Amino acid sequence: MSATAPTETKPAAPAVETLAVKVDGKAVVVPKLSPDWQGKPAPTTMLQACEAAGVTVPHYCYHPKLPVAGNCRMCLVEFGTPALGPDRKPVLNPDGSPKINKSPRPAIACATPVSPNMEIYTNTPGVKAMREGVLEFLLINHPLDCPICDQAGECKLQEYSVDYGAAQSRFVEPKVHKPKKVDLGPRIVLDDERCILCTRCIRFTRDIAGDDALGIVNRGSYNTLTKYPWSQFDNNYTLNTVDICPVGALTSKDFRFQMRVWFLKETKSLCTSCGTGCNVLIGSREEKIYRYTPRQNDAVNGCWMCDAGRLNYRWIDREDRLKEVRSPKSEVRSWSAVLKEISEKLNAAVPGSAAIVASARQTNEELFLLKQLAKKLGATTDSIPRFGDGDKLLVSADKNPNTNGARLTGICFTEMGIKLPEIARGIQSGKIKTLIVFGEDVTKHGISAADLAKLETLIVSDLLPNETTKAAHYLLPGCAHAEKRGTFTNTKGRVQKFMKAVEPPGDARPEWEFLHELVHGVTGHNGFATIEGLFNQMAKEVPEFNSLTWAGLGDAGVTVKI
Amino acid sequence: MIVKRPPLSLAERLYLPAIWGGFKVTLRHFFKKKVTMQYPEEKWVVPEGYRGAPYLVRDQDGHTKCVSCQLCEFVCPPKAIKITPPGPNGTADRANAEKMPREFEINMLRCIFCGFCQEVCPEEAIFLMKDYALTGASRNEMIYDKEKLLALGGVHQDRIQKWKHKAEEAAQQDVFPVKP
Repeated sequence: MSATAPTETKPAAPAVETLAVKVDGKAVVVPKLSPDWQGKPAPTTMLQACEAAGVTVPHYCYHPKLPVAGNCRMCLVEFGTPALGPDRKPVLNPDGSPKINKSPRPAIACATPVSPNMEIYTNTPGVKAMREGVLEFLLINHPLDCPICDQAGECKLQEYSVDYGAAQSRFVEPKVHKPKKVDLGPRIVLDDERCILCTRCIRFTRDIAGDDALGIVNRGSYNTLTKYPWSQFDNNYTLNTVDICPVGALTSKDFRFQMRVWFLKETKSLCTSCGTGCNVLIGSREEKIYRYTPRQNDAVNGCWMCDAGRLNYRWIDREDRLKEVRSPKSEVRSWSAVLKEISEKLNAAVPGSAAIVASARQTNEELFLLKQLAKKLGATTDSIPRFGDGDKLLVSADKNPNTNGARLTGICFTEMGIKLPEIARGIQSGKIKTLIVFGEDVTKHGISAADLAKLETLIVSDLLPNETTKAAHYLLPGCAHAEKRGTFTNTKGRVQKFMKAVEPPGDARPEWEFLHELVHGVTGHNGFATIEGLFNQMAKEVPEFNSLTWAGLGDAGVTVKI
Repeated sequence: MIVKRPPLSLAERLYLPAIWGGFKVTLRHFFKKKVTMQYPEEKWVVPEGYRGAPYLVRDQDGHTKCVSCQLCEFVCPPKAIKITPPGPNGTADRANAEKMPREFEINMLRCIFCGFCQEVCPEEAIFLMKDYALTGASRNEMIYDKEKLLALGGVHQDRIQKWKHKAEEAAQQDVFPVKP
């Protein structure tokens, strides 16, 4: 997936063979070959040429990351090619320009390759009539139930009907009724009446997910999308079909009737369920997250993400989230008082008497700050590895979103978790008196609750309560990634940033914010009170990140050497 | 700008002509038809097209017409409407409408009776009715919930009955051969 080249038609580099074409009279030079859905070079299509010229061609079945089917006919355009004389040379007009023979019939832009000096027309009366006609056909049996349809607001049928369709229906006969509310699998509901038979979902699950689960049965108006009767549509990528469905036929059971899409604020973020770091948009309204949708990044996840990662957001607004700063006698305290107290304790600690267990679910910036702390305290640091099943498409076996960040910032060594037994022994022997734990339950990883009881100071920051937070002397409530900003380094070394979608609950604060204050209190360093400044500071001090800046990361991130 | 203050004439300074003029008006109205209404015992006839409080309606078959599309919530200028969507199962009282709001609240303190909700409603489920004097003992009481709105709204004689006809059309196609 990550090897696929970017799909946008690049301006011609000298070495690339190019073609000159005209789109609506605008001359544009396109490469002879453009990447197809797999990123392999294929003859440039008229649709790609139109895109390069900045002309929108409406389409339903075409998707840049799926094989071309050419069945919706929405992208029909008219075109002409240079007339050739008997000597196979272009016939010229009196003014010297090549004479163009307009094709007597239109062509689908998504599947027709461009030829030299071709002219494409997308705004002629003929093209307008064709678009209107195609939409009229698509709407013949469409139930027009937009008020109850989850797709309303992001529906291509709605959009194109407004842009290119007729104002009224001429159809007076009864509509063909098809199955509604069809249960395709554990996460997908299908409404066949809304389906426009573009076959995007079929192609996705067959060619991308590798699970040939869907198909079309019956003929003519009775064409019906269905799954094979003996199987379930339940692979780990089914919800992508909901995204690519141009209408509301395939709907997500998780998001079904939860919120209308036009209310959702979309925040650029990352999925944290594994080391791949798929780019997502978080849809939230009034501080509640309603859904994740994949955000295109051809260097990481293309247009897709797995179902498991997509549905892993419900815990963020769990009732039992840690919301209060607590200190020795478990009383609720204020941030400033507790941070001051912790700074004093850490300042008084004997060098080498502290240890830090960080989490590879934390951001690069937070791990960097913890490393600063560790340097001052002479502390042993480590993190906790987390492995599961991976697959060939997107899911990584590494279930930590920032394993490489933990390595590059120096929190752990190449083999993560190797120092945990050493820390446990240190606590048992009384050498380690102070333990700082971030976002992990160490009682499950070799440091028992009895060990924790021996510590003089146990500082814990976490999101949800567990055995370690129960034993904490100082409990600092942190934030989920959707509640703060930061960067992760994925398994391939791509540093990507994510934005804040919702407010943290109660007194919880982003870890980097209070860690920054703590580092200032302990080491006296200052100067990175904003996430941008902090990132740039980190980029200066961590050799692998040297070339990076917060602004330079952009939306797609930058790959560093790991 | 300087306002001119002309000195009062003798008649004006005498004061009596003005008093006499006042008495004439009083006398004229004394013998005219009375216009004061004994509100609240007496109430005025609310004209057609009056924009009073918005309420939800049921159709003649007793179904909640609202399908929770949330367009009124979106269009409401003072954000008086709050709809809780039903979630995956829909909870509709009509099989093919699939969807009905789990909760529908209108804050009548916020409502400005603009009628946008009625205008935008694709299901003819909300209407501005003739109630103009809404009272309550607390702010909470002025937030009308779904039950209250439906009870106040009553029945709307729907001429189209879209969902009913859709269901009938679909049922006809279940028998073979399909009637043309």
